[in-house]
Amino acid sequence: MIELGGLTKAYGDMVVVDGISLTIPSGGITSIIGPNGAGKSTLLSMIGRLLKATAGTVSVDGLDVAATPSNTLARRLSVLRQENHITARLTVRDLVTFGRYPHSRGRVTAGDRDKVTAAIDWLGISDLAGRFLDELSGGQRQRAFIAMVLCQETDHVLLDEPLNNLDLKHAVGMMKLIRRAADDLGRTLVVVLHDVNFAAHYSDRIIAMRGGKVVHHGTPDEVVRADILTDIYDVPIAVHELAGTRVVTCFG
Amino acid sequence: MASVLRRPGPVLALLAIAALVVMVLFMTIKARGAWDFVLPFRGRKLAALLVVGHAVAVSTVLFQTVTANRILTPSIMGFDALYVLVSTALVFFFGATRLTTLDPQLKFAIDVILMALFAALLFRWLFSGGTRSLHLLVLVGIVFGILFRSLNSFMQRMIDPNEFDVLQDVLFASFNAVDETLLGISAVAIVVVSVLVWRERHALDVLSLGRDHAINLGLDHRRAVTRILFLVTILVSVSTALVGPVTFFGLLVANLAWQVAGSARHVHVLPVAVLLAAIALVGGQLVLERVFALNASLSMVIEFIGGVVFIALLVRRGQQ
Repeated sequence: MIELGGLTKAYGDMVVVDGISLTIPSGGITSIIGPNGAGKSTLLSMIGRLLKATAGTVSVDGLDVAATPSNTLARRLSVLRQENHITARLTVRDLVTFGRYPHSRGRVTAGDRDKVTAAIDWLGISDLAGRFLDELSGGQRQRAFIAMVLCQETDHVLLDEPLNNLDLKHAVGMMKLIRRAADDLGRTLVVVLHDVNFAAHYSDRIIAMRGGKVVHHGTPDEVVRADILTDIYDVPIAVHELAGTRVVTCFG
Repeated sequence: MASVLRRPGPVLALLAIAALVVMVLFMTIKARGAWDFVLPFRGRKLAALLVVGHAVAVSTVLFQTVTANRILTPSIMGFDALYVLVSTALVFFFGATRLTTLDPQLKFAIDVILMALFAALLFRWLFSGGTRSLHLLVLVGIVFGILFRSLNSFMQRMIDPNEFDVLQDVLFASFNAVDETLLGISAVAIVVVSVLVWRERHALDVLSLGRDHAINLGLDHRRAVTRILFLVTILVSVSTALVGPVTFFGLLVANLAWQVAGSARHVHVLPVAVLLAAIALVGGQLVLERVFALNASLSMVIEFIGGVVFIALLVRRGQQ
């Protein structure tokens, strides 16, 4: 369970995240949607302690993120941002092995190696395990990074725009993986998404943000509504019911 | 053969043999005269070369890991410019005789303390305020480096040409007349630092992933970076105060090490870099003394040969 209390981030006079208080329950997929500049990534970075909050608190399973030792948190919570440039030349297996660092502190055991192999298999990239990251396509590299955070075996996994730069096929594959991580592995996923259709179809809960504030949150049925989305994105949006799924269009 | 050479074990063994061969050659080649004179004389020089090579190799690899940048070296922060400034200021205010007659141990102490102070002041930036970034720190270091260099060239233009000549001579890195006590002190300092670095080797691997990944994997990034930069400072200050500015080949050695180590892990890269530095420095000094009869500078020899090797490696990797 992730609890936010009055969480705020400001750069000088510019408030990017404005006093958000919210509880994200354990289990399932929670998507954060909203227009550019709504503060989605900033919020996720603060929950993942990559960014220091100006005010307010974040607690994960009752642990205050600002006060708990980083290594303790690394076994409860993992976070992956959208840009993942790495200077070191690593193979996929090297990278995924880093996911065990919070547990092994660098002394990798046979058990760790098994978990690394399992994570690589689970993401279906076994044939790429020996390849270097700079030899992979964007979608393959994305999977390698997801394998690393899953290998960390944290209850909470935060992903910032995991569909970034993926084509339709890979985006669907990625969302199915995230769904399986929630259903089969019992992880709690918090995901920043740009595509409302993906959020509507795959999430259990949606947090809708605008101007640094949470304006709506609830199940996809509650949030994915024409009036709410039009209000958030400031363009006319229609919601259709198609074969049991809500589909969002915004072309007038 | 080629695939064997891309694994860390064989690479390390090969480099260790090469380093040993170069050292033996350095000690014995063209040794005319009594061995009990030649061996201690050359041994002292060899020890200085190894101590300095070790310090430069380790400090450059660490600095590149912490900054996640393969084209930076600690010299960009203005350490050697500060060293030059101390000597130049001495000549400017007190004259060249004062510089040449100054107790080398006193000079060493002044150099080390000033460089450490300078670094401590710079690193305070990292502590004060949450928004200060590592890149800002490096940038401030560069600006100070430029300031020191400008002051140097200003003062060097003002002094008497004869005194400038003496100064110039002092400022070339020299392994020929190293004080034995200072060599001992430096060796101890560098061994202690190396032990501390070795204990951080796994954390260094995590640091090389960049700030966000390091934090995600449970590293206190700011504290780890500060700790590493502190170790880098000691290494650079001690080696520069011992023989003069030698960071020129750090870039070469570190990049060669990343290329040939066959692994991105510091367990492998650090020893490879140290061995490469030993080969480069001892080999370079050997060529300098025996081939050019001391009529060139060590940096010229190392950079020429090392540069050629480096380009060859890049070209070969481009073809694969």
